[in-house]
Amino acid sequence: MSRTWRFGDDVNTDEIIPGRYNLTIDPTELAQHAFCEVRPEFPQQVAPGDVLLGGRNFGCGSSREHAPIALKGTGIRCVVAESFARIFFRNAVNVGLAIMICPDAASIPDDAELSVDFEAGVIRDERTGVEYRAEPMPAFVRAIIAAEGIVPFLREHDLDELL
Amino acid sequence: MGTLVEEILTRRVGRPVAAGEMLIVDVDFMMSHDNTTPLAIGAFEAIGKPIRHPERVVFHFDHAYPAPNIQAAANQKLIRDFARAQGIRNLFAQGICHQVMFEEGFVAPGRVIMGADSHTNTYGAFGCLAAGFGSSELGVSWVSGRTWLRVPETIRVELTGELPFGVYAKDVMLEVAATLGMGGATYMAVEFGGPFIDALPMPDRIIFANMSTELGAKCGLLAADATTERFLEQHTKAEGPFARLAPVDPDYARVVHLDVSALTPRVACHPRVDTVRPLTELEGMPIDQVFIGTCTNGRFEDMVLAASILRGKQVDPYTRTIVTPASRAVHDRMIREGLVEVFHAAGAVVTGTGCGACIGRHGGVLAPGEKAFTTMNRNFVGRMGSAEAEIYLGSPAAAAATALAGHVADPRPLLAALAAAAAAAAAAPAVLDPEAVR
Repeated sequence: MSRTWRFGDDVNTDEIIPGRYNLTIDPTELAQHAFCEVRPEFPQQVAPGDVLLGGRNFGCGSSREHAPIALKGTGIRCVVAESFARIFFRNAVNVGLAIMICPDAASIPDDAELSVDFEAGVIRDERTGVEYRAEPMPAFVRAIIAAEGIVPFLREHDLDELL
Repeated sequence: MGTLVEEILTRRVGRPVAAGEMLIVDVDFMMSHDNTTPLAIGAFEAIGKPIRHPERVVFHFDHAYPAPNIQAAANQKLIRDFARAQGIRNLFAQGICHQVMFEEGFVAPGRVIMGADSHTNTYGAFGCLAAGFGSSELGVSWVSGRTWLRVPETIRVELTGELPFGVYAKDVMLEVAATLGMGGATYMAVEFGGPFIDALPMPDRIIFANMSTELGAKCGLLAADATTERFLEQHTKAEGPFARLAPVDPDYARVVHLDVSALTPRVACHPRVDTVRPLTELEGMPIDQVFIGTCTNGRFEDMVLAASILRGKQVDPYTRTIVTPASRAVHDRMIREGLVEVFHAAGAVVTGTGCGACIGRHGGVLAPGEKAFTTMNRNFVGRMGSAEAEIYLGSPAAAAATALAGHVADPRPLLAALAAAAAAAAAAPAVLDPEAVR
């Protein structure tokens, strides 16, 4: 059963993955240290399919791509936040980490069991049936995320196919 | 219909677009420099496809050029070898990338330009969409000639009034930074306009787009007008006709009004661009190094202003004064018009062009415990070398006055004396007639 992990505003890339672990870009290795300083139980307990809930300006700080790669390595389904720092937002899409901008992220209960419709932009608590609106994810972003990032996508395809 | 960034992107994709939409857009130029190109090459090679438009790829050598060490030399060799192999002919080693981009004609209204450098925003002063991207993303864009982006919401900064004597566009931008705060425009476009901007010459307008980066903005934009077009025609290789794009019935996320009429000289204090104080509150603080230059304030007009204050005087012997032109073209003009001699005679060192001291790698690195007063755009811890050094930001006039005093000094008394001397010279007869004097 998937669970949620709640974080506050201004979660920075140093919290997501401390700089000293940035010697690799291997997702599995980085995932073992995700949030290890501020939430030591996270790397042990996070499970594929879990959802991260953030506040405003998630992923602020340095432009390191290691941060979204580390989160992708944990196998989480998605990061839902009120807003994302610009470079984190871009890096997340480009490394294939699913993210949703949801103005009501703060009102999602901690014990929600969430399903996410990226195309429609709907996050649903399966326990209660309550739905939360998020910005829909356009087809090209879904295609890049499905390909596990923009580099693997471009190996097989062309951006023109998505126009 | 929309803000300036919406108008630019509407024209680009051929249909109306609005903030929040995600688009794939054609990119006119993809810029990187000796610091970021090697990473871009790595990402490019991971894809294993050719460069779609080699003529749109532009490489600069400015961050550490000529190479100060073996590692930089090896990186630059890698870039040159790659350019040769890929048929990339736009290689420049003649100044700070952001200055050379418009001097060489890559910048024009309505264009979309990607750069692997955070101050790529600078070109927005010419009414184009220019934004900084990660290095690996840039390498990816070489393959497609396109990028994806989210149309940003816009903060309008409406500037009115006339500057008081001895106060400059840099002081206004620092006040804007104090008002919006670092990160105050994260992921947004910042559109600068109003009567103050309309009356401003291009070199001063560039400061606003350049420092929009410090607000966290994706881009900073100023609508192109007759002033923009005249500058492009006279001072760059860009060829018209130029697009005239302006906001049309815009829907802004926020509008900030600022009247500059009562502003005084400002200083951004270490280590944040938004901790801005009146210069007079810092007067007397000893300064170890003055640095005049950068993509913010290294243009010819900045040099004229600083030289007018230093002319015929001596900088403080305990304060190093470093002057770094933004490009070789600026440097050439400084030589032609005698400014280099003025700086040398005053005891300042004029270095070759480049990013120089601003990135703390060469050309003016700070020691622990030192304080620098600079015309730069940011003052993060460790930016100019030691993490135990402090960096203060102000106008070229304030920097020059500080160089003479050896401590933070108000440029206005010096400027007033210069103005009075000029007025007296203008009033006096050109040649004194001994009879008339008697």
